[in-house]
Amino acid sequence: MSALLQLDHVGRSYPVGGLFARGKMQAVKDLSFTLDAEKPEIFTIVGESGSGKTTTARMILGNEVPTSGAIHFLGKDVTTIRSRSDRLAFMAKVQPIFQNPFEAFNPLTTLDFYLFSTARRFLGLKARSEIDAAADKALQHVGLSLAEVRGRYSHELSGGQLQRIAVARALIPGPKLIVADEPVSMVDASLRMSIVNLFRTLRDDLGVTIIYITHDLSTAYYISDRVIIMHRGEVIEAGEARAVLGHPSQEYSRALRNAVLPPDPVAARRIINERLERRRSGLAEGAG
Amino acid sequence: MQVEVKPETLAAPAEPVLRVENLKAYYQMNYFGVSREVRAVDDITLTIHRNEIYGIAGESSSGKSSLIKTIAGAIRPPLRVVSGSVRFDFGGRTLDVYDDPQAMKAARWRHLSYVMQGSMNVLNPVRRVKHAFHDFAFRHMGLSPSAFRARVEAHLEQIGLDPQVLEAYPHQLSGGMRQRLAIGLATVCEPEFIIADEPTTALDVLVQQDVLALIKDVQSRLGSSIIFVTHDMTVHAAIADRIGIIYAGRLVEEGPAQAMFARPQHPYTAHLIASLPRIGDTTRRQSLPGKPPNLADPPSGCRFHPRCPLAITKCETESPPLEPRGEGRVACWRAGEVAAA
Amino acid sequence: MFSILRDLLRFNVEFLVGFVLTALIFLFAAAHFFAPYPDTAIYLLPPDMPPSAEFWLGTTSRGQDVFWQMSAAIWNTMTFGLVVMILSRIIALAVGMLSGYLGGKADEVLMTINDTLIALPNIPILLLVYFVMRDQMTWPLLAVTAALLGWNYDARLIRSVTLSLRNREFTRHAVFAGMSVPQVLVRQHLPYVMPVVFFTAMNNLIWAIGLEVTLSVLGFSDVNRPTVGGMIYWANQHQAAVSGIWWWLVFPIVAVVLLFLGLFLLAISINEYIDPRSRLSRMGG
Repeated sequence: MSALLQLDHVGRSYPVGGLFARGKMQAVKDLSFTLDAEKPEIFTIVGESGSGKTTTARMILGNEVPTSGAIHFLGKDVTTIRSRSDRLAFMAKVQPIFQNPFEAFNPLTTLDFYLFSTARRFLGLKARSEIDAAADKALQHVGLSLAEVRGRYSHELSGGQLQRIAVARALIPGPKLIVADEPVSMVDASLRMSIVNLFRTLRDDLGVTIIYITHDLSTAYYISDRVIIMHRGEVIEAGEARAVLGHPSQEYSRALRNAVLPPDPVAARRIINERLERRRSGLAEGAG
Repeated sequence: MQVEVKPETLAAPAEPVLRVENLKAYYQMNYFGVSREVRAVDDITLTIHRNEIYGIAGESSSGKSSLIKTIAGAIRPPLRVVSGSVRFDFGGRTLDVYDDPQAMKAARWRHLSYVMQGSMNVLNPVRRVKHAFHDFAFRHMGLSPSAFRARVEAHLEQIGLDPQVLEAYPHQLSGGMRQRLAIGLATVCEPEFIIADEPTTALDVLVQQDVLALIKDVQSRLGSSIIFVTHDMTVHAAIADRIGIIYAGRLVEEGPAQAMFARPQHPYTAHLIASLPRIGDTTRRQSLPGKPPNLADPPSGCRFHPRCPLAITKCETESPPLEPRGEGRVACWRAGEVAAA
Repeated sequence: MFSILRDLLRFNVEFLVGFVLTALIFLFAAAHFFAPYPDTAIYLLPPDMPPSAEFWLGTTSRGQDVFWQMSAAIWNTMTFGLVVMILSRIIALAVGMLSGYLGGKADEVLMTINDTLIALPNIPILLLVYFVMRDQMTWPLLAVTAALLGWNYDARLIRSVTLSLRNREFTRHAVFAGMSVPQVLVRQHLPYVMPVVFFTAMNNLIWAIGLEVTLSVLGFSDVNRPTVGGMIYWANQHQAAVSGIWWWLVFPIVAVVLLFLGLFLLAISINEYIDPRSRLSRMGG
């Protein structure tokens, strides 16, 4: 098996504290996993805020350098990429999707500029018609067309549409890996599933591997092949998604699993009432 | 432990505490040559009873925040109330939010309070927590400073917080603790009515259930009514007695939570519920086609018709009224066929 | 652009007053192209004539017509201010944006230069330049010197804006869309920085004119070229205030006060238009 992405004992720490009390905050500790180059998959990193999942995404994208361990993409150490041409070659294969689609597109720039710039830089296209065709082809993959996007600004479209345009743009260079950090948390519920379903299509039809980073266990269960659960920088549990999320074995992952409210008033109310009873008895004990 | 129950909470449960009638509130903007009217709250009528949690669900820019701002009497230009009324009933005393702003001001916090998303908004970052309690609640309670302090400490213990937090600064507390404090702050005066705007949205998964249980606990102890706004249908499932669904500034369906989840009557509600993923189920979930409506230029007729799988020609021209049906009310020409579709 | 101007004139009284004032002064200054006398000629007319039908604003002790002198003086002073403003904006933009976006070593070096310049006092340096140059001192040279001194606060301001933009998601997105550093700076960041440039430009213009007037009044510039400060300098040299030739002093001072007022009103009203917060509060009112 040849590895698409390989993380070996990756760690990242930040200096914290004031002038005299210097300390270190370990955002990510000893993280290792490997993605197979031949078998595209949806690999999910689940965690709460402060779990280190976003730091991990930034390190994979080369926006941050690990303080220990190594990240290899197609056999090449990501941290050694220095020159602009190497960086462009790397970005052609690894593309990001950001959390807030309204923030990912500059409100003062037309959306098509992002598509055209990508086509020009990564595909080396010069002719107007070729650039248009490349942008249109990518937009077709996400169910849009260039005619719908040309000349538009981000405030004219919904979050779901913008996120699909962001996916289309990421597809233009023909990437092997897409890193999506909380891609649906800012998208309206009625459009959320369109993004999530799109990831499946990309994996199955275009052979793109997706690293899906989320705090939402329900969508993670819905689309993931493999999953790791992170907590305070460490991997708590890893494995096949249905097994890990369906029947978690560790205490933390069980707590996380049980914290998911079912979309069913009877069951959800029972959970809240149980908690309420525990609260009240706890309080009574405390008072007694 | 003895739980104090206020006499009015023993009254019949169906007693209305809030009546909103034909409320219309628009954003009217005219500056630098551009004039725009956004119908954020468009003809909404609803009633909330004593001792009830009423959930309001809607997507971003559906008008749900404008609705609760209008209900709270906390609107600012360019948002203006065009017509309709908002009336509270606090222990037999009727209060019209827009007829008597003076009385409304006096009722704030004592009878009507708020819990917001991102509790940092109510807690001043450079002042200790105790000052927040003093600023918000002291003059409404009519207690001596020492009695007030004792009351606040007892109240914090009730909601599971160490009274020591009064001496802390907001940044020293976790997100969950701050949200508890915001709830404590909103409930210390034991108000009859609480407005909760996305109180659990910014919280971590593990804390969310605790905060929901806390809200439920405080609410049932005080017998207050809560209007609970969130876009998250699973939160509504867990806590709301009745749910109102807002789409493009209009109330499209309203009904008891259990009935709504079991038999949604509006195609939009049906979609919202059907698209929720759940652990243990990987059957394909569909998303709605089309894009959310633009309130400055809403679709004709039923505002949901461009995205509706059941739309017929009538839906494009005539706006369906919100009419009683089953256990609730629904605004759809084809409400009877939703369950079958 | 035209509709913005129209709406500003219609809705914003400060802008209207500032615009009319500045436009009138500009027209008055432009009139010097049609002056009957060359503006550097002296002892051409009878000296010390009070305002009359023939000489509207009187004549100076050096035999010049105050009206036409002032017209040329305001033109020259405004030209000086604009040149300083444009040059210093270019420096501030380049330094601020590069420093903010590149960060690291480049930022350190540029900001050290910037802070050193902030610490240096302006007037003594300009005087030093004057004493070194003496007779070779021309107004473009003075303008370049002033521009080199007038960009540093604004570069810091621009740097802080760019610094916050650098960490925005759209900047990272632009990088992954293959945009080069100049493209990111010009297409993505410049529109956000422009309001800062625009509103500091007005302040800088006022500062530059003030600087020119100060230096000229003291005589530390090319005093043979008519400027507002230069007129006051010559009036003082001839003790106009003592000998009752008030028109030589009063009219230039009134003109410069009106010019300041006009530019100041333009600056605050344009700033209000650019800043969406104050625009919104106006919309509400």
